[in-house]
Amino acid sequence: MTTAAAPVEHAVEVKAVSRVFTGRKGASVTALDAVSLTVAPGEFVSLIGPSGCGKSTLLRLIADLDTPTEGSIEVFGKSARQARIDQDYGIAFQQAGLLPWRTVAGNIELPLELHGTGKAARRERAAELIELVGLSDFAGHYPDQLSGGMQQRVAIARSLAESPSLLLMDEPFGALDEMTRERMQNELVRICAETSAAVVFVTHSIPEAVFLSNRVVVMSPRPGRIRDVLSVNLGRMSDRGENLREDEDFFHSVSQVRELLHGSAPTGARGVETR
Amino acid sequence: MSTPASTPGSVRGGRGASGLARTVLPPVLLGVVAILLWQGFVTVLAVKPFILPGPFAIGEQFGINLQNVVNGMVVTGRNALIGLVLGAIVGVLLAILSALLPILDEMAAPIVAAFAVVPIVALAPVLYTMFGANAETARQLVAALAVFVPVYFNTLKGLRMVRPVHRDLMRSYAASSWQATKTVTLPTAVPFVFTGLRIASSLAVISALIAEYFGGPVGGLGKSITSAASSSNYGLAWAYVLGSIILGLLFYCAALGLEKLVSRRAPA
Repeated sequence: MTTAAAPVEHAVEVKAVSRVFTGRKGASVTALDAVSLTVAPGEFVSLIGPSGCGKSTLLRLIADLDTPTEGSIEVFGKSARQARIDQDYGIAFQQAGLLPWRTVAGNIELPLELHGTGKAARRERAAELIELVGLSDFAGHYPDQLSGGMQQRVAIARSLAESPSLLLMDEPFGALDEMTRERMQNELVRICAETSAAVVFVTHSIPEAVFLSNRVVVMSPRPGRIRDVLSVNLGRMSDRGENLREDEDFFHSVSQVRELLHGSAPTGARGVETR
Repeated sequence: MSTPASTPGSVRGGRGASGLARTVLPPVLLGVVAILLWQGFVTVLAVKPFILPGPFAIGEQFGINLQNVVNGMVVTGRNALIGLVLGAIVGVLLAILSALLPILDEMAAPIVAAFAVVPIVALAPVLYTMFGANAETARQLVAALAVFVPVYFNTLKGLRMVRPVHRDLMRSYAASSWQATKTVTLPTAVPFVFTGLRIASSLAVISALIAEYFGGPVGGLGKSITSAASSSNYGLAWAYVLGSIILGLLFYCAALGLEKLVSRRAPA
C-alpha cells in the first residue's frame, strides 16, 4: 500500500512485533516484546545482545521462517511472506548449511536452479560469485574438503546468488576463529560496497557489529526488547578497511556499545553527538 | 535383525598402500595360524571327521567339488539377490510413504517392529505350502521379508535426518515440497538406505539358505549341506559351509562397497 505513496520505501519495516513461544504445559516465553525497527535500502544494521535477547528470532521473522504473534513486518513494502516468495532477500546462517553432496559451484547454483535459471546463466553467475568470495581454485571441491571459513564464504556467495537487495545474516562468522573472522568481515564490507544491498546482521561480537554497521541495534533479554540504537559514523562501506580497527572513533563506538549492553538503565547517549 | 538402524559412514577408508598392508596382513596371518592350529589339533588328537574334519580335508573336498559348490552358491545367491532387491524396493517405497503420511507410519511401525522380532525363516514351511515345494519363490520371499525390515527402518530414519538449517534454507527459497524432497530429503537419506542394505545383505543370504532346510527344491547350499551331512560326507558338508561363508562375504562386501561409495559426501 505504500508503493504508490512513498517513493523511498524501507527495506525492512518491523512494527510493534512480539513473538511468544508457547511451551508444553502452557508455559510461555516472550522472545520479542513490541519491537519496532526500520532498515533503509543499502543500510547495514547489526542486531547485538546477549543470548536469549531474541535477535535471531527477529531475523527469522523478517525472513518469514517464523511468524510474529503480534505486529507486522514489511520487506520492501510487501508482507514478509510475499517477500520470501518473491525471493527479495538472501540469507546466511551460523552453520554454512551447504549440501555436502554438491560441489562449491553446485551449492552456489542451488537457489538459481530452484528458481528455474538456465544452465549457462547459472554457471556464469556461480563463477562470478566464486571469484567475488575468492574461491576460484575450489569451484569443483566438495564442502568437506574446505575449511570452516571457506564454507562460510560459499554460503555467503550462495546468499548473493540472486543479487538480493536485502541480506539476512544470522551470526555467519560465529563459529570462526578470530583471524578468519576479521578477514571475513573485511570481505563482507567489500562485498556490501559492491552490491549495495541492505543487511540485517545478527552477532554477539561488539567490534564486529561496529566495524560492519551503519547502525547497531542493542537488544536486551527476557523479554527481548530493543534497548538502544547507536549510529556508527565510520564512513562509507567502501572506505572501511583494516586500519579502521585501529581508529579512535572505532574504539569510541565499541565502548559505547559495550556500555549500552552492560548498563542496566538506558543512558542518555542516543546516537553519536555525545562524546 | 537386532540392529535395524545404525549410522552410515561409520566406516571410512582412504589410507595408503602401506596402511592397507597393515590392515590386511595381521588378520591374514591370524587366519593362517588358526588354520594350522586347527589342523594340528585334528591330526595330533586324531579327531574323528564326523566330529570335526581338518581344514585341509575340507579344502580338498572344496577343490574336488568346486563345481557343485559354485552351483549351490549360484542357486542360493540368486534367491538371496532377488529377495534383497525385492525387499529393498518395498522397504524404501514404504519408508517414503511413511515419511510422507505420518498416519501410515503410526499404523505401520508396530507391524514392522513385529516383523523384526519374528524369526522370519519360521515362515518358510508355510510359504512352501503356499507357493509349492518345487519353486524357489518361498525362499526368495523369506529373504525379501528379512531384508525389508532393516531397509525400512534405516530409510525412514534417513528421511528424517534433514538438518534444520537445510529445512530453513529450502523455506527461504520458497521451494515446493517436491523440490525440497528432491534436493535435500532424498540425498540426505541415501547413505542411510545403503546402511540398511549393508545390514540386509548378509540377512538375505542367511535367510535364503536357512529357508532351504525346511523343504523345497535341491541344488542350493542349504540343501547340499544337509544332504552331505546326512550321508556322512562331513568334509563335503563343510565344503558347502565354506561356500556359504564366501557367498555371505561377497554380498556383504558388495553392499559395504556401495555404502562407502555413496557415503563419501554424507553429512558428518
